[in-house]
Amino acid sequence: MSDTTTVPVPPKPAAMRERPALLRLASMLWADKFAFAAALLLLAMIGCALVGPWLMGDAAGGQNLRARNAPPFDLSRGWLYVLGGDALGRPLLARIVVAAQNTLLIAAGAVACSMIIGTTLGLVAGYRGGWTGEVIMRLADVIMSFPSLLLAVIVLYMLAPSVANLVLVLAITRIPIYLRTTRAEVLEVRERMFVQAAIVMGASTPRIVFRHILPVILPTLLTIATLDFAFVMLAESALSFLGIGIQAPEITWGLMVSQGRQYLTSAWWLAFWPGLAIILTTMSLNLLSGWMRVALDPTQRWRLEIGGKRNG
Amino acid sequence: MAEHLLELRDLSVRFHTARGLVQAVQGVSWHLDRGETLAILGESGSGKSVSASAVMNLIDCPPGEITSGQILFEGRDLLTLNEEARREINGRRIAMIFQDPLSHLNPVYPVGWQIAETATAHGTPAQEARARARELIARVGIPDPDAAMRKYPHQFSGGQRQRLMIAMALALKPDILIADEPTTALDVTVQAEVLSLLGELQRETGMGLLLITHDLGVVAEIADRAVVMEGGRIVEAGTPYDLYHNATHPYTRKLISAAPGRGEMRADRAPVTPLLSCRGLRKEYGSFTALKGAEFDVMPGECLAVVGESGSGKSTVARLVLRLEEASGGQALWKGEDLLTKTPREMAKVRRQLQMVFQDPTQSLNPRMSVYEIISEAWAIHRDVLPKSRWRGRVQELLEQVGLKPEHADRYPHQFSGGQRQRIAIARALALEPELIICDEAVSALDVSIQAQVIQLLGRLRDELGIAFVFIAHDLPVVRDFADRVLVMQKGEIVEQGSVRQIFDAPREPYTQRLLAAGLDPDPEVQARRRAERLALQA
Repeated sequence: MSDTTTVPVPPKPAAMRERPALLRLASMLWADKFAFAAALLLLAMIGCALVGPWLMGDAAGGQNLRARNAPPFDLSRGWLYVLGGDALGRPLLARIVVAAQNTLLIAAGAVACSMIIGTTLGLVAGYRGGWTGEVIMRLADVIMSFPSLLLAVIVLYMLAPSVANLVLVLAITRIPIYLRTTRAEVLEVRERMFVQAAIVMGASTPRIVFRHILPVILPTLLTIATLDFAFVMLAESALSFLGIGIQAPEITWGLMVSQGRQYLTSAWWLAFWPGLAIILTTMSLNLLSGWMRVALDPTQRWRLEIGGKRNG
Repeated sequence: MAEHLLELRDLSVRFHTARGLVQAVQGVSWHLDRGETLAILGESGSGKSVSASAVMNLIDCPPGEITSGQILFEGRDLLTLNEEARREINGRRIAMIFQDPLSHLNPVYPVGWQIAETATAHGTPAQEARARARELIARVGIPDPDAAMRKYPHQFSGGQRQRLMIAMALALKPDILIADEPTTALDVTVQAEVLSLLGELQRETGMGLLLITHDLGVVAEIADRAVVMEGGRIVEAGTPYDLYHNATHPYTRKLISAAPGRGEMRADRAPVTPLLSCRGLRKEYGSFTALKGAEFDVMPGECLAVVGESGSGKSTVARLVLRLEEASGGQALWKGEDLLTKTPREMAKVRRQLQMVFQDPTQSLNPRMSVYEIISEAWAIHRDVLPKSRWRGRVQELLEQVGLKPEHADRYPHQFSGGQRQRIAIARALALEPELIICDEAVSALDVSIQAQVIQLLGRLRDELGIAFVFIAHDLPVVRDFADRVLVMQKGEIVEQGSVRQIFDAPREPYTQRLLAAGLDPDPEVQARRRAERLALQA
């Protein structure tokens, strides 16, 4: 989603310029060591999500009652138990790796859906305004005034609790966040002089919205999205806790946290490791979105291009 | 050597920025005595405000660093005092007023309270402070001071707000008043009033006035002495008369020659068929009428200047003609066709011939697009103008035409100075080869010397390409050398229109005469004469 707004791609030496642009992006990522580490971590997480179930699916489901609540950092039961075992003696490491798929699928799906729908509606409400805008805003009010968990309970009670339905419900409850932010930003940006200048030039509405307004508000939306990522993971675990989300034997990090909660005093590692996974993912996304905001902004980009030694 | 009230000796300030060290001022020395007005004259980036900020302890250190020098106030070096002692002096002994009074007045408190608060903050009893505030509000010429005490900043006009700021600064009877561009944001007639108020107050209280300005006219009007700054150094100092007539430094001479309104006025032109003619153009906002039936013509290849103060409706004319806002009534005939009744699709076609340059190039250029993208966007919108293979070449041509370099195409707007940005905006307007360009205060935000260059550029484009201009400005001298005809507006009405010679040599309407008299001339002698004329008009 970033390529449309990054470096200019002049038409003449297109093929020649495309490559340096990618390379430049990579070197800018290298310049910000935190963002670079975050990117690596996220890649690892995605790797887990892709091959994890295939690699460790059996280990994650296999019970071993002698390893019930096994403490971490004890290699006597094999390396799978390095993070300890859960209440049924299943290795935590394997479970975290396997759970990455469901967790990331639900979180990414819900965040992406709510962001795309919310932003689109927000752009319409902000730029068109009038009657259409009013209707959209009142719809957002309805969603916001309804307790999101209650809404989820009702919907999932009627539909079967599957990953797709969970994504749908979580996305709906988060739409108003993007919608209202987008609308507020559009109302401000559309009055800026460069938008007026584009109108004077005869630019069409889609051109103004996508070329001039969206790139300005996108960094804000991306930042919200990364924060929302954590919220969605926890909301999903709350639903699982209520018995309408993902159900065992399927696992997610959120579900693992809520299952480990009752052992918090005796075996803290049950909730700690999946919690850490959630925190690391969110933090990485946050660092990466911070980097992206700078990298996509021509007025800020030099901070990364001069080598990231100092940032003023 | 007698002790001065305030003296700067060899002050150097530098800033640590991410792009390295920036030497803001270097070895600057000046002094200010009681009852004297010293003007610091310079363009943006000359470091003229930095020395004043150093006096007021407004420079943030770390990024800023005072590397050498002394600031002597009554013989004490301010730089060696502790924070507590500096605060004691700031406000009480040295007060400051700023360019934009609205951002320095708190919007949620009544102004009377705010002025009194300055006094109570330094230990004056509340009762006394209120009485003093009322007295000051009356003194700076705000009508009905008792009611004004209870009003909020937004209920006053720009000039009144600046008067209130002055009242606030004077609340503690300071010995020095520092005024940083106090009249730059104000209309010409208001500017003259505020400057004469400052002069009066200074004579009454005997304080020292330090005036920071970019305007030679302001210096001629009020200063006793002036120092000229360029690139962080003082290049010349002296009385306004000396500076104007015997300037030795090339920079001072450049500033003087850049002052608008010196050259030959353009000859009258024979009437032809108008390109654009507005008939009874009206705009109402609720019950407020912003434009009351404007009627005027623009001929091909002509420059029509629209002059008026803020709120006169001059920008509204431009916005209505370009359909950025819908008119409440009237016609705008472009080559005989009414622009106001066109559908958006038809309008998009006409826009090719009708372009606009905005006041602030920082805001009118999309910060996320490169210069190449900004200029070529015109052809991306109007596909039939130029095949894509020729875009790059044409952008480079246009950049050269407006005095920039072809390699600037891949840079972004923030990498240019204000004047260069306005050139980019002009190049963008030229991209569609329009027949009329509307310039809405296109040079108001620029430094004087840059202003002169941009106007010269526009004049060249008119002569070479035969483009007609509607040039909106709040200042009459700016348009004197450039315009063919002038249209003077006041409160939504066109009060006078005629050839440039008619308006400048024989203005008929009292408002036009007032505007002409309020303009500040860089020549102190001319300015003294104008001041007399202005007082005569008021009487």
